Amino acid sequence: MMLTDQAPALIVVIPLMCALLTPIIGLVKKELCHIWVLFALALSTAFAVSVLLAVISHGPVHYYMGGWMPPWGIEYVIDHLNALMLVLVTGTALVVAFYSPKSIERELPDKLTYFYTVFLLQVTGFLGIVITGDVFNLYVFLEVASLAGYALIAAGEEGAPLASFRYLILGTIGACFYLIGAGYLYIVTGSLNMADLAAALPELYHSKVILVAFAFFMVGIALKMALFPLHMWLPDAYTKAPSVASALIAPLMTKIAVYIMLRIMFTVFRPSFSFEILPVSTIMVVTGIAAILVGAVMALAQIDFKRMLCYIIVAEVGYMVGGIGLANETAIKGAILHVLNDVVMTLGLFAVAGIITYVKKSHNLSDFQGAFKKMPFTMAAFTVIGLSVIGVPPTCGFFSKWYLIQGSVIAGNWYFVAALLFSSLINIVLFFRILEIGYYDQGDHGNQEKGAGRKFTEAPVSMLVPALFIAVLIILIGFYNQPIILGIIQHSVPTL
Amino acid sequence: MNGFAEMIIKTEDIIVKTIARILIPFIQLFSLYVIMHGHYSPGGGFQGGVIMGASLVLLFLTHGYEESKERMSEKAAILFSSTGVLIYSGIGLLCLLLLGNYLDYGRLSLILNVDLAHARSLGILGVEIGVGFAVMAVMFSIFLDISTGGIEPGEEKKNEKASTR
Repeated sequence: MMLTDQAPALIVVIPLMCALLTPIIGLVKKELCHIWVLFALALSTAFAVSVLLAVISHGPVHYYMGGWMPPWGIEYVIDHLNALMLVLVTGTALVVAFYSPKSIERELPDKLTYFYTVFLLQVTGFLGIVITGDVFNLYVFLEVASLAGYALIAAGEEGAPLASFRYLILGTIGACFYLIGAGYLYIVTGSLNMADLAAALPELYHSKVILVAFAFFMVGIALKMALFPLHMWLPDAYTKAPSVASALIAPLMTKIAVYIMLRIMFTVFRPSFSFEILPVSTIMVVTGIAAILVGAVMALAQIDFKRMLCYIIVAEVGYMVGGIGLANETAIKGAILHVLNDVVMTLGLFAVAGIITYVKKSHNLSDFQGAFKKMPFTMAAFTVIGLSVIGVPPTCGFFSKWYLIQGSVIAGNWYFVAALLFSSLINIVLFFRILEIGYYDQGDHGNQEKGAGRKFTEAPVSMLVPALFIAVLIILIGFYNQPIILGIIQHSVPTL
Repeated sequence: MNGFAEMIIKTEDIIVKTIARILIPFIQLFSLYVIMHGHYSPGGGFQGGVIMGASLVLLFLTHGYEESKERMSEKAAILFSSTGVLIYSGIGLLCLLLLGNYLDYGRLSLILNVDLAHARSLGILGVEIGVGFAVMAVMFSIFLDISTGGIEPGEEKKNEKASTR
């Protein structure tokens, strides 16, 4: 009983403490690091699931750090939305940790200990952002996550330090804007606690300071999210990062930024402020549409597989931001469901990219030549994930897109419907092009001697199992989307 | 390159070395003073840790890599930075084990045998000491990494020799 009461703190503290112990364990025996990371993340995941169950049955959980009461102390608040996010973050991290050893062994053999240390710190940062109920504490964890992210990305292939440096500059500007927003709120209200702010702000809604603060928040978060005009850092950074790092960061960072946006718009400020006093909704839909179009077209132009995935992420961010901007319950429901789906799908795609990198030592589209013959299981998983990104019915991607389209029809915004359909069509081209290369293109110079040996170059089991697991998960989420929506997402949509 | 490597391995300036030898103990004493005041008055673990780190950097600059390695090696820096934060989170966890919330220092009164306010003060002092350790070690290891380019000077020399042969 007592342990579950303390679960909110333990979810964050376990990865933190384990991260700090990792270098010491690495000094003793390098091979233990992997098991240690798995152990830490498994514990954290277990607590996250227990908190999710508690939230579903008893409603929001509050946890007071150090026993200090809210407006003064730091409070952890877990409602349906962030309980779901916690499970997503810990679950993703656990899957990636399971997937990691072979890939790290090949890509970063001599940095293993530090890689795992920073890996856990990155997870700590993500979890902290999601769990906290305090705007400044959120900033601190945002920086923890970002700094860890810069380090992980910089460890990648050639050109990674430069990509990471660009990300660092833009990411710092984003975090800085967020901090300025929080500072303005603090100046006028004297509080940093989200619930306290929500109670104090309505009287000040027409104050210029509040309007500026809100604008800073939105731009800062949009930078972290790589929303269309501010997405320049993303493709380079995620393409050049080590496979494991991109499999961890690419699914989570953008989606966590979407979560922050939801929190600021609907918890700190009221939906009425976010949608009625400022023209945010229009801006969000327009940038969303632009992100979808640009992301899709740019993805089509890539010959590098990972880079193509990065532009798909840019487009997916457009789905979510546009969905929130449509400002009706169905669309926001769709956007939140899409956060869940997109984490799973992006994780799957980058897991496949990691496998391709592991087998072929590069990640171009041409590396898929003859892939169906050589690694049937990986490609089976990839096909399922691809179908989900396109939005084919039994997979989860269909349902969130369906909600989004329904929402935009309700809002009467036909441009967004058109953008969604256009992006789906482009996705069909993107993925079927790869499937075609995998099936029919056997490589140009007589590589296919009949019955020659080394036909089967399937990925190692530790990398294959996560990819297959994600493929199964995608179909399961598709089938159980109603229970997820009714049990969890329904409660996290604000009343408009 | 070679000259720089030589310089950070060993320096031979008697005036600089002597003055540094006189100054360093006082700098370190002052840093302890700052850390011990962290929870009550201006000062704190971070500031104290930075001063302590600066004293190590001064030692490195004046006495060179070989000698400062005897005082604080890279491994020791790793160990210190980890233990520092572990002291912090360990105190938090201890409060949790004593049936309080995370970092609820008041609970420490159960084992420290002092009253509530005093227990809180001691709890924060413990945290400041942890922060001091971590900051000192991280400051020093950042300096070490930048000045040696992440390679131990000895190794670099060996590599150079190997390549010239």
